[in-house]
Amino acid sequence: MRYDYVGVLVFLVLAVGFILAGMTAQRIVSRLLRTWRPSASKLSPYECGEEPVGGTYVRYNIRFYVIALIFIVFDVEIVLLFPWARVFQELYPFYRSVLFWDMVIFIGILAFGLAYVWAKGDLEWVKTFRKHLSPAEKVARSPQKKEAA
Amino acid sequence: MHLLDFIHQLLPFTRDWADWFVYVLMVFFFAFAILNTLVAPLTGISTYIERRLAGRAQYRWGPNRVGFRSLLSALPLTRGLTKLADVQPIKFIGSKIPGGLLQFAADGLKLFTKEDIIPSGADSFLFRLAPYVVMAGSFAAFAVFPVSFWCSATNLNIGIFYVIGISSLVVPGVLMSGWASANKWALYGGMRAASQIVSYEIPVAISLMTVVMLTGSMNMNDIVASQLSGYGIEKAGLLGWNVFRYGGLLVVPFVVYFIGGCAEVNRTPFDLPEAESELVAGYHTEYSGFRWSFFFMAEYANMFAVGAIATTMFLGGPLPPYPAAFTEGLPMLARFGEGFFWFFVKSYFFVLVMIHMRWTLPRYRIDQLMHLCWKVLIPIALLWFVIMCGVKMWRMEQNLPKHPAAAAAGAHR
Repeated sequence: MRYDYVGVLVFLVLAVGFILAGMTAQRIVSRLLRTWRPSASKLSPYECGEEPVGGTYVRYNIRFYVIALIFIVFDVEIVLLFPWARVFQELYPFYRSVLFWDMVIFIGILAFGLAYVWAKGDLEWVKTFRKHLSPAEKVARSPQKKEAA
Repeated sequence: MHLLDFIHQLLPFTRDWADWFVYVLMVFFFAFAILNTLVAPLTGISTYIERRLAGRAQYRWGPNRVGFRSLLSALPLTRGLTKLADVQPIKFIGSKIPGGLLQFAADGLKLFTKEDIIPSGADSFLFRLAPYVVMAGSFAAFAVFPVSFWCSATNLNIGIFYVIGISSLVVPGVLMSGWASANKWALYGGMRAASQIVSYEIPVAISLMTVVMLTGSMNMNDIVASQLSGYGIEKAGLLGWNVFRYGGLLVVPFVVYFIGGCAEVNRTPFDLPEAESELVAGYHTEYSGFRWSFFFMAEYANMFAVGAIATTMFLGGPLPPYPAAFTEGLPMLARFGEGFFWFFVKSYFFVLVMIHMRWTLPRYRIDQLMHLCWKVLIPIALLWFVIMCGVKMWRMEQNLPKHPAAAAAGAHR
């Protein structure tokens, strides 16, 4: 229908308006009820009650980027497969099993990619860079073992 | 536009107004109703229910005190009115409300009157913006849910695709709040939440795609309509629901969807972004008062949304478990109520399951979390998608006439 996406806009506007109205109302009511006594220690970042140590933007695990990269590949896959899933039923009488094998090959390539990433160890959260580990070493380096120790 | 005709009949004076204006007004009222029935009060009531259930699960008392008297004495402004609780009609009503039921009202008041702190090192603009983004993402998903028979705020033809897309708005919102807080815990929590939500989006989207492939439509109302009949029975009731059709094969995508859904809304056992023992409170560590409550509201709205999507895609949405033919003769308003009742009961059931899971299961570790997503759920979801495509193909092959030309002629349904 013509106006359907206007409805989406209405929802977004209402969500934003809800917060805006809430915060404004709170600001007005705060004159009557709310305390407002900022102090240097109150405004400092919370680190379990201690004085903050060092800067905020510390190093974090490189894994987050790897996950984001793999995610993008799969997300694009989903974007491309959704239209296929939508028209499969309608186009089937014309193209028959060609449609099915199209999809199988497409998913197969991605599954191969996933298997490659898996075999390379990039799906492990704790990745070891030494290639050949004896089984005993593998057990020793596994996170479960570390937790127990 | 049937809907516009209906409104013209209901409110004749709207005939003179522009179509788009009437439509926007209607959606506005619909959205307002959803916000004020499903999102805001439900958050509070779910909190109360969750704390009562937690009390049961852990053999301790949940909230059991707050009635009118404690509510009135909570605020400086209303403290003088505490005596009102002794006045007869109010006292009578108060005695009928079980203790603690007004806890969520007291919580709301407390949040409303708390001090609003923005840390000195924070990026003030992003810090303020983040709740808007998170709330917009979780609330806008409600635009396409079929809350009753053939009745959703907007009848988008890409329904479920839109839900997957718009609910991803939560990711930048969470990252924003984590980054802007200038707090290490918040930063870690934000990164964890983002990586977790995007990872689990993949099995979730693939299992929803399976249903789209079987139905041949992304429109939520069409998907519900397709679940009216099943096993060759017109108006099959329970048997028509997607989990029970296809010989129960769709149970696997359903389970994958629900596990992934729990992870997407950061609920225990997947609540690593907010792991209290490690990260204080995760990405909303620095938020306080009313600003924080929007994150909270978005979380509960998302929980309900996960239940609503599971209901619509797998459990027949607003369709009752008995054959729909039983109540067809009822007046329109009663039919609407019936549909809403079933939609709500089924969706809220999943919220209750999530609450129970929170007090039953211990938390995952981050490497276990990623292992579960990438090495278990995604392969299962992909494999089952291919299997279901094969099943669908087999079924279509059975129904098609053998001659290709005849097939082409009959294809346009």
